[in-house]
Amino acid sequence: MAAPARKDAAREAATEARLAAMDLPKGGFTTMARAAALARVRAAGLPSKRDEYWRYTNPAELTVADGPEAALFAGQVEPQLFGARDRLVVAFTDGRFDAERSSADLALEGVEITRLAVADAVDLHWARDLYGALEADGQQPVVRPLAALNTAAATDGVLIRATGRAAKPVHLVYYHESTTSDAILHHCIRIESGAELTLLETGPAAARFSKVMEVDLAAGGRFHHVRAQGRDHSRRAITHIFTRLGAGSQFKSFTLTANGVLTRNECVIDIRGDGAVAHVAGAALGDGATGDFHHDDTVFVTHDAVGCESRQVFKKVLKNGAVGVFQGKILVKQGAQKTDGYQISQALLLDEDSQFLAKPELEIYADDVKCSHGSTTGAIDDTALFYLRSRGVSREDATALLVLSFLADAIAEIEDEGLQAEIVTRLEGWLARRRKG
Amino acid sequence: MRMGDQGMEKEDKMALDTDQDILEVRDGVDRETVETVQNMGAYKYGWNTEIEMEYAPIGVNEDIVRLISAKNGEPGWMTDWRLQAFRRWQAMEEPRWAMLHYPEIDYQSQYYYAQPKSMVNKPKSLDEVDPKLLATYAKLGIPLKEQMILAGVEGADGAPSEARKVAVDAVFDSVSVGTTFKAELAKAGVIFCSISEAIREHPELVRKYLGSVVPQSDNFFATLNSAVFSDGSFVYIPPNTKCPMELSTYFRINAENTGQFERTLIIADKGSYVSYLEGCTAPKRDVAQLHAAVVEIVILEDAEVKYSTVQNWYPGDEEGKGGIYNFVTKRADCRGDRAKVMWTQVETGSAITWKYPSCILRGDDSQGEFYSIAIANNCQQADTGTKMIHLGKNTRSRIVSKGISAGKAQNTYRGLVSMHPKATNGRNYTQCDSLLIGDKCGAHTVPYIEVKNNSSRVEHEATTSKVDDDQLFYCRSRGMDEEEAVALVVNGFCREVLQALPMEFAMEAQSLVAISLEGSVG
Repeated sequence: MAAPARKDAAREAATEARLAAMDLPKGGFTTMARAAALARVRAAGLPSKRDEYWRYTNPAELTVADGPEAALFAGQVEPQLFGARDRLVVAFTDGRFDAERSSADLALEGVEITRLAVADAVDLHWARDLYGALEADGQQPVVRPLAALNTAAATDGVLIRATGRAAKPVHLVYYHESTTSDAILHHCIRIESGAELTLLETGPAAARFSKVMEVDLAAGGRFHHVRAQGRDHSRRAITHIFTRLGAGSQFKSFTLTANGVLTRNECVIDIRGDGAVAHVAGAALGDGATGDFHHDDTVFVTHDAVGCESRQVFKKVLKNGAVGVFQGKILVKQGAQKTDGYQISQALLLDEDSQFLAKPELEIYADDVKCSHGSTTGAIDDTALFYLRSRGVSREDATALLVLSFLADAIAEIEDEGLQAEIVTRLEGWLARRRKG
Repeated sequence: MRMGDQGMEKEDKMALDTDQDILEVRDGVDRETVETVQNMGAYKYGWNTEIEMEYAPIGVNEDIVRLISAKNGEPGWMTDWRLQAFRRWQAMEEPRWAMLHYPEIDYQSQYYYAQPKSMVNKPKSLDEVDPKLLATYAKLGIPLKEQMILAGVEGADGAPSEARKVAVDAVFDSVSVGTTFKAELAKAGVIFCSISEAIREHPELVRKYLGSVVPQSDNFFATLNSAVFSDGSFVYIPPNTKCPMELSTYFRINAENTGQFERTLIIADKGSYVSYLEGCTAPKRDVAQLHAAVVEIVILEDAEVKYSTVQNWYPGDEEGKGGIYNFVTKRADCRGDRAKVMWTQVETGSAITWKYPSCILRGDDSQGEFYSIAIANNCQQADTGTKMIHLGKNTRSRIVSKGISAGKAQNTYRGLVSMHPKATNGRNYTQCDSLLIGDKCGAHTVPYIEVKNNSSRVEHEATTSKVDDDQLFYCRSRGMDEEEAVALVVNGFCREVLQALPMEFAMEAQSLVAISLEGSVG
């Protein structure tokens, strides 16, 4: 149980300083939601490293009024992930909609799609009931002021409503071109009863990036999410996914992260309908040699319905002083019987300097449940390495192979095999670049 | 709500006349259980001893601290140490991070010192101790006569009790009543006495080690304890000595509205070994009582300490009225290389348990182990676990925690495993299992895992489930009744921890587990 952020003068001052430096949008269908979110930010205050929920990640660079600069990625640029697929592209450069890089026509069969910046001018929109609503629900029992700040301040984002089976995936591509950009995007996604959508996200987005995605699944809705968070070494990111699951719905999310000075990915899953399934997975590769690497996965799953399943699979490979954090919680409310909750967090430390800090939690108020979590930390298994070497595999190849097999469980959480293969290729590239020549 | 529940119970009892009805009751309940529960009144140490007591004035302030120090005949340095702690305590805030909900504690509305009048002039030997006090311990099964041996095997019919000697320090409210086998232990060089006596007789040892494991202002409750602890046990095992018998302290709270604050200090010098047992009970009272203890263990090179606790403070009634609020700081410091400590605890009592026996693995190749069974029934709340701080190279730790929740109880495992950058080749294995009996209780797991080097291996596993239907079915199909089947499954669930206990305690613990559970199903 993390105590709510303590209110104190320093926190209040920091919060007001941040707010003063922002130009908060006004008007449109989000007016009420933004005002309420602003009140939540002020009530909680911005987080500080003294907060239990930020025990392992210092939020200072995420809360300070002017974010630190971030150099652009200087390495060899790989072909865009998922670029060869038939998909609908919505591109944002440093947090602004980029029409040139987007698909010419934002129309897709089975889906209504528009942008927050466009819709915000109108008084009424289907997203009015969703914008900020799941984020607000997600403030209990732990406050997430950075998400509320996003709701209050987001300048753009996509509003997607799937009414049937989407003909192709929607791909959000984020470009980072300014060393000082401070982007705030907020996406709302509503999957209507029986509808299905695959959402892809790639790219580093900005020097500092705040993103909230609210995903509301009606009964029987299905949502697949695969993202890769860009190779920029010096970017900082705070992202939140808030999802609410109706009866029999399915939510599956996978995130690949390679590099980044500071990344905190929060995922707040609220299972409300019987028989729903939620899987969230992540693979993170961190190399401290190219700048600090700090990656934090924070997951909170609430079971509030009967016969539901949740899975959390998080793997981290860390070297050269990289720091990996995992905070995962399964909360099973009274009456949420027949719950199957599973959580695994594992870190592979490739050298003496790297760290893994974990807090895997269970909070259970129903008796007919099966919940388990596991967490392991260690180096590459010498026996496995020896075996491969004895078969004539070089040390470098053997290490790469073992790293890949370590990450395999997380990647296997992606349903689509084609997407899986693309992620594996990307991983192989990362490993190949780090081989001692 | 509560009234309704009670009504249900009665209906069940009346309706249990046909086999059909038995099947309708939830897992593990049958007529016998319901009757046992109702006849038992669950807590069998709830009686109180009528004895004339002498109290310090109510509340706590510097004068009370001085008074306690004076009562114990302490030297000036000790009084100053206490006062320093008290001043720090006044500026501290009570921690609220645990998953425990209890009304605000008024620290000024209880007594901090209570001793039987007959103890005012300290008896010179056990023969002079008030017979009422001796009778109290006899009734608890704790022998204070040296010719007797510990009667912990009561209830285990037919079990042969080996004539093993156990030395006992008996603490009654604020004072130590007596310590047995002192002379025999002294022959081996072992010092076993009350801490107040140690402060007078062995100041050099106390000054060197007191507060060196749990500093004066470690946390709110430990700081309060540092200021007002009244008595407790002191153990010193000299180098290369295996303590010739098991040592034990038995804590009894008897006085009403009185907090117990005992302090235990154990020093195992190089190459020594001791096994130490701790037991505790209190009478049934409607008003909750505070217990804030500190246990410090110093373990030097190649020494080993086993510390076993069966905590059976009064848990409060089914409605959550009364009971002991148990806030305990226990820590062992493996200061030398190859030092070893093993904590084993069976927590069945207390309304509130806040307790994290910890191991600082400072010496290279040192080892820490923590085995715990925590049972929370009715309205009990337990937040307990351990910390394994790996500082030395090749240090190993193992945590096995079994939490059982029943009734409306909440049971939390909270623990930390920390591998420091220099603690290379460290090893930790943690297993936390929770068992839920009934749909109104809660079981929670809050582990912190911090690994800062890569040659260490850390593994953590936790599961939460109910009593397995397949296992129950199997036992039933072998002809066991449901009650026996549940007991067997739960015993199996706790096995790894029960095995870690010394024999006498294992017996007591096993029957305690059974009693606590019998009270829960239904």
